[in-house]
Amino acid sequence: MDLGYWLPLFFAGAMGLALLIYVVLDGYDLGIGLLLPFANEEEKDVMVASIGPFWDANETWIVLGVGILLIAFPQAHGLVLTALYLPVTLMLMGLILRGVSFDFRVKAGDKHKAKWNALFALGSLVASVSQGWMLGAFVTGLTGDATNTLFAALIALALPALYIMLGASWLLIKTEGALFDKAVRWGRLAVLPMGAFLLLISIATPLVSSTIAAKWFTLPSAIGLMPIPIATALAYAGLIWVFNSRQILDNGYGWLAFLSLIVMCVLASIGLAYSLFPDIVLGRLSIWESASATESLLFTFWGTVITLPMILCYTVFVYRVFRGKATNLSYE
Amino acid sequence: MEFDPFLLARLQFAANISFHILFPTITIGLCWVLFYFRLRYTFSGDKAWEYAYFFWVKIFALSFALGVVSGITMSFQFGTNWPGFMERAGNIAGPLLGYEVLTAFFLEASFLGIMLFGKNRVSNRLHLVSCALVAVGTSFSAFWILSLNSWMQTPTGFRLEDGVFFVESWWEVIFNPSFPYRLAHMFNASLLTAAFLIMGISAWRAMRGVDGPATWKVMRTGALMAAVLAPLQVWIGDLHGLNTLEHQPAKIAAMEGVWETERNAPLTLFGFPDEEQRTTHMAIKVPGLASLILTHEWDGELKGLNEFDGDHPPVAPVFWAFRVMVGIGVLMVLVGWWSVWKLFRGPRESRDGNVWLLRALSVMTFSGWVAVLAGWYVTEIGRQPWVVSGLLRTADVVADHSSATVAGTLFGYVLLYLFLLVSYIAALRYMATKPARSLSLSPQQRAMEAELDDDEHAEGER
Repeated sequence: MDLGYWLPLFFAGAMGLALLIYVVLDGYDLGIGLLLPFANEEEKDVMVASIGPFWDANETWIVLGVGILLIAFPQAHGLVLTALYLPVTLMLMGLILRGVSFDFRVKAGDKHKAKWNALFALGSLVASVSQGWMLGAFVTGLTGDATNTLFAALIALALPALYIMLGASWLLIKTEGALFDKAVRWGRLAVLPMGAFLLLISIATPLVSSTIAAKWFTLPSAIGLMPIPIATALAYAGLIWVFNSRQILDNGYGWLAFLSLIVMCVLASIGLAYSLFPDIVLGRLSIWESASATESLLFTFWGTVITLPMILCYTVFVYRVFRGKATNLSYE
Repeated sequence: MEFDPFLLARLQFAANISFHILFPTITIGLCWVLFYFRLRYTFSGDKAWEYAYFFWVKIFALSFALGVVSGITMSFQFGTNWPGFMERAGNIAGPLLGYEVLTAFFLEASFLGIMLFGKNRVSNRLHLVSCALVAVGTSFSAFWILSLNSWMQTPTGFRLEDGVFFVESWWEVIFNPSFPYRLAHMFNASLLTAAFLIMGISAWRAMRGVDGPATWKVMRTGALMAAVLAPLQVWIGDLHGLNTLEHQPAKIAAMEGVWETERNAPLTLFGFPDEEQRTTHMAIKVPGLASLILTHEWDGELKGLNEFDGDHPPVAPVFWAFRVMVGIGVLMVLVGWWSVWKLFRGPRESRDGNVWLLRALSVMTFSGWVAVLAGWYVTEIGRQPWVVSGLLRTADVVADHSSATVAGTLFGYVLLYLFLLVSYIAALRYMATKPARSLSLSPQQRAMEAELDDDEHAEGER
């Protein structure tokens, strides 16, 4: 077996998986941050409590994703992060504000709570928008020209919309009563803009990149790819249905909304992976050109195959420990 | 005025890592202290330990959050500011960082949720295990990152091809010559930082009469730690210094201000190093002592800065940072012994009998931070002009950004960090004025305090 071929492929897959998990998991954290200003004081506490035990581990997935980029594809890591210097810096500042506000809002005294709530929301907003910008600029090959910038701006608005939907759907799982009803309202309001963005991105992507257009619109692969847009549309329809059916919601099946969003994110990742492959930076660097030395990859490979299943196991375990509706967080 | 983008990139990295290291330094040590509190109350059933745990776990959580978010910045900055480092040394640095994420970050972040909020959702035993796993996670994290840092100081186990590092032996890379010393020195520094933090805040609380007997128990725990670990740190530091002399003599020459190679070199206690005139002004020297300390012989030879012309670190910052670190270390030994002497005999828990000690301890609350920062400045500035000692120059790996971009983001970071630092200390101060339990639980708390008071009386009567 040719390790020099398979190891970079394995790490590209692992990186994609880590970033996908990040978008879903920290996506709902950030979505809740974005929704926070629209809740009253008590609801804010419950919303924060619904993500309290999880956010830290959720955020670690982006460290793993970027970590794999750094470990396995150092050439690409330098290229990508140098090109995205400003959005990365803004995102980091956003994540810093969001993460610390979590603790400060309950520890700095009631006098300052409103300030930290506002910074929590601001941090979430800055991080979401910057991540969207990074994604948009990355997908179109970091060229920095006008179309690239426009596309980045489009995704910078679309990603927060997705995060809001993830946040609202998470609240359907974790809350009840008036806040639950509010989450339903928020979801209903955000679901159409999110769909519009999805459509717009689907149209814009092949227009922006001829490489991607060629991959999707040549026969016979075009037929083989049809299940992806069709399944995405079905998942989206399911999402609208869940949010608009009191019957589904009242019978405790609100989690179906979150599931629909996961399906959509997985399909989008598959589509994105197909669009980029075999490049890691579109049109500039392939997975193999940018990969580390094989012996270094092999060393990390063994660590990854041993620890990643363990990480997934105890992640599931933590989610099980904190299953059910969120109540106010207590250290005691 | 146009700033040098290289200098700005270094300042930015220094600002980020200086801010970041403050919090892991606390959490690596404090986590084991919390585990100890947790064990004590599980086995003794003494509510005071539980009380101590609940008070300190809140401070731990806040410090941990600050450490996590400022740490994420670091993993991105290798790419944004130093892409050349990853392109050249990525084969070595990458896997070490990867193992840190895989074995440490997820472990601590996942079980932190249970440690902080899962007390009523899991069994006591599982909660205890979760605390231990968080502590193990933080220590693993220190292990990997210090291994990488040590490799940059004393690289072994590699081969170079066209300027790119390839691994020859992972064992030699991970356990490179300076790693055991650096790991022990830093781990002990974390415990000491935690010891002075818990003593300092407890002393502050005791002076204001905020809290009950748990405060004094915590203070005595810190005192014992300081009295044992501070002298131990002096010894580890000495060993670390000998190791540095062997592998990075230029760093030692800058630390001691040795301008010319000499035997029977004097120890400069104080002075103003002047790199242009290659001399130390107003130097107060003890004859032969530097040779004795570093070579353990009176006429041992110390290499001077003259041997490393153009390739030695800037002298003044290394010289000064070293004196700050050592000064605080000595102070820690003295205060540690003083605390034990005062707190384990005589009127143990009276505010009036210990006024001066309590004042000294509260002044020393963040002394660990100062010593740790000074120590890291010695070792990191002392490695310059290299990013990988003797092999790769820092100036060769910097990213090509305009100085305006780097200056702008640096300004943003510094503002943010100052704001957070002030908020952190203010929050600690605020928490220190509050009893450990939230106000909603106050009837329970009163009951508990009454119970503790009874115990105290009973002890007194005995």
